[in-house]
Amino acid sequence: MATIDADAGPQVTARQSWFASRVDKLGVVVALLAAIGALVGPFVTFRENRIVLGEARSIATALPVWAAVLLFVVVALAALVALLRTHAMLRLAASLAAVLALALLVGYAAAYLTPEGNSYARISPAWGFWLLVFDFAILTADSLTRLRLPPLARIGVLVLSACALALVIASGSWDQLSIMKEYAGRADTFWQQAGQHVLLAFGSLAAAVVAGVPLGILCHRVPPVRASVLNVLNILQTIPSIALFGILIAPLGWVAANVPGAAAIGVSGIGTAPAFVALFAYSLLPVVANTVVGLAGVPRAANDAARGMGMTDGQRLMRVEFPLAFPVILTGIRIVLVQNIGLATIAALIGGGGFGVFVFQGIGQTAMDLVLLGAVPTVALAFAAAIVLDALIELSNRTGREGASA
Amino acid sequence: MIEIESLTKRYAGTPVVDAVSMTVDPHTIAAIVGTSGSGKTTLLRMINRLVEPSEGVIRIDGKDTREMPAHELRRGIGYAIQGHGLFPHRTVAQNIATVPVLSGWDKARIDAKVDELLELYQLDPQAFRDRYPHELSGGQQQRVGVARALAAEPNILLMDEPFGALDPVIRAKAQDDLMTIQQRFGTTIVLVTHDMEEAIHLGDRIAVMDGGKLLQYAEPAEILANPATDFVETLIGSADRPFRYLSLSALEAVVEDGAAEGEPLPVSATRRDALAELLWSGRNALPVVDAAGAPLGRVTREALLEQAARPAA
Ligand SMILES: Nc1ncnc2c1ncn2[C@@H]1O[C@H](COP(=O)(O)OP(=O)(O)OP(=O)(O)O)[C@@H](O)[C@H]1O
Ligand SMILES: [Mg+2]
Repeated sequence: MATIDADAGPQVTARQSWFASRVDKLGVVVALLAAIGALVGPFVTFRENRIVLGEARSIATALPVWAAVLLFVVVALAALVALLRTHAMLRLAASLAAVLALALLVGYAAAYLTPEGNSYARISPAWGFWLLVFDFAILTADSLTRLRLPPLARIGVLVLSACALALVIASGSWDQLSIMKEYAGRADTFWQQAGQHVLLAFGSLAAAVVAGVPLGILCHRVPPVRASVLNVLNILQTIPSIALFGILIAPLGWVAANVPGAAAIGVSGIGTAPAFVALFAYSLLPVVANTVVGLAGVPRAANDAARGMGMTDGQRLMRVEFPLAFPVILTGIRIVLVQNIGLATIAALIGGGGFGVFVFQGIGQTAMDLVLLGAVPTVALAFAAAIVLDALIELSNRTGREGASA
Repeated sequence: MIEIESLTKRYAGTPVVDAVSMTVDPHTIAAIVGTSGSGKTTLLRMINRLVEPSEGVIRIDGKDTREMPAHELRRGIGYAIQGHGLFPHRTVAQNIATVPVLSGWDKARIDAKVDELLELYQLDPQAFRDRYPHELSGGQQQRVGVARALAAEPNILLMDEPFGALDPVIRAKAQDDLMTIQQRFGTTIVLVTHDMEEAIHLGDRIAVMDGGKLLQYAEPAEILANPATDFVETLIGSADRPFRYLSLSALEAVVEDGAAEGEPLPVSATRRDALAELLWSGRNALPVVDAAGAPLGRVTREALLEQAARPAA
């Protein structure tokens, strides 16, 4: 018995290590999801018009033979590259190729399936397509992480991706997709609401930074202020967003009616003003809290030296405390920005505009394509903002706090 | 001149510096020694008002330090903080340039000063100027901290254990450089140290502190010869006392006429170095030469041993 056990042991470990040395763990998941997305999931949904229920079409039935084969081959190859332990560069190329093929061919499927001259038919991506895109997006993100790209290169990749997306849209290859048909009907409002969305998200952030950073500095310098300010902001943060938008209608309406000039600068009970104020209120806590934490993390010795060298309080703040706290404050700004881009959709409920307009119209009309027209740009914007700010945080970290503990 | 008059600092009622009075003459070095927690740092930081005294007065060149804004006072006083305290987000050059920048020097003058100080502390400017503090060793950080304190050529320099992290070779070099700088610029220095050896080597006068009280403030020879309390005696270390005493003076006065065999000693060597050389070479006498190498005479064991005895009170 003992000898058999002794023999079996090494063989098992040898097999395990062969497996471990050839196969990538994440790759197993990626390949599995790719198989489900390509073989089981429907590629697109075909509907007679924009609100009836549709019928699912697989890759094989949504595309001409050559295109279906091409897509299968690309997806299979990319899954294989993911499954085996391969160089990060190859994995990145494979995943990007797969995403590009999916993006172009889903547009092609829409054009292929739309009957000649029929403007009522709607072809939209189905869950098989979304699963595949999600799957290869994970692979892309993973290979980018493995490549350890420096921050500026990551922003570069983001810009290139945005350009590629713009090219695909400009080329017209998505024109027959339902979401683009929804867009085509509202191109003007779309960009107007996009501007409004950006204004709400970034404007309220800017206001929160302008007010929150000094407030954070005050909290840091005057400890009794800190407890009360942070408590109030914490309570604000726990009010559900829809409630907060609602709560503001009454006081702002009162202000508009009773404060001379308020209405003239756009203050009113509904519309942009309450949306802006609500987003501002939500932004304040992360900005103030991170400012306080960042300042508290400045090494005591650095502060001491600054005073000992003869810096005034103002000089110490600007030359020592603030630069050292900056990466932490930036982290707070990142949280706020991503949060605001999402929350700004709710502004549409009280007439504040933004991408939420399409989301809520779409829900009202049970037109999913219209919901997507609002949701997809929101997600893309939040994603891009996160990448840019993460890169900035890393850049600001480089020279700063690494040495803080030394 | 720094005049400290019945200076007291209390934290929560407990004095950590207790009625200390002392005067540091212009162009001299005062070394403060004492065990950990005896109030050395607190005393030092009251001089540049990083700590506000509970009682007592400090006058610099006759002027009460409370008469001018604290930051102006501090700009005129170099301060090497305990444990370097470099700004982690600034390069070595930017750190050193802190006070010159605050005082509005022009760029060329600042750059020249930074390079001069780096060279003085054996840090190649090319290699070190643009590094960040976390890219330096502990000893290098400490030297940059001292260089930063010296940058604006202050008349007064406060140093809190500035050489603690240095190895013996670099430490000796840094001490000698400090003496050179002090002599060149006539800086008045107050230096806190754990190390009696360092205090005797650098200090024109030594202040011994214990439990917030100043036990003795006197010249090294006086402290060695007549320690005021048992604590001071313990701190001196009775076993090393004769050698420390010998280390205080150079050979000059013990050189006698006559010749001797062996490697000649420079007349600037301390008596301790000379005795060590005599003992180690196994000789009774060694020749002494002046700086140019011209023979001056010889020094004998006997003469040195006589000098090592406690001076008559
Ligand atoms: N801000 C403070 N609040 C309360 N107590 C303090 C404060 N600063 C220093 N002390 C206390 O005062 C005493 C003297 O401290 P100080 O830093 O002057 O000692 P030190 O002689 O420099 O010691 P070391 O050699 O370890 O640096 C210590 O007991 C310390 O705990
Ligand atoms: Mg100390």
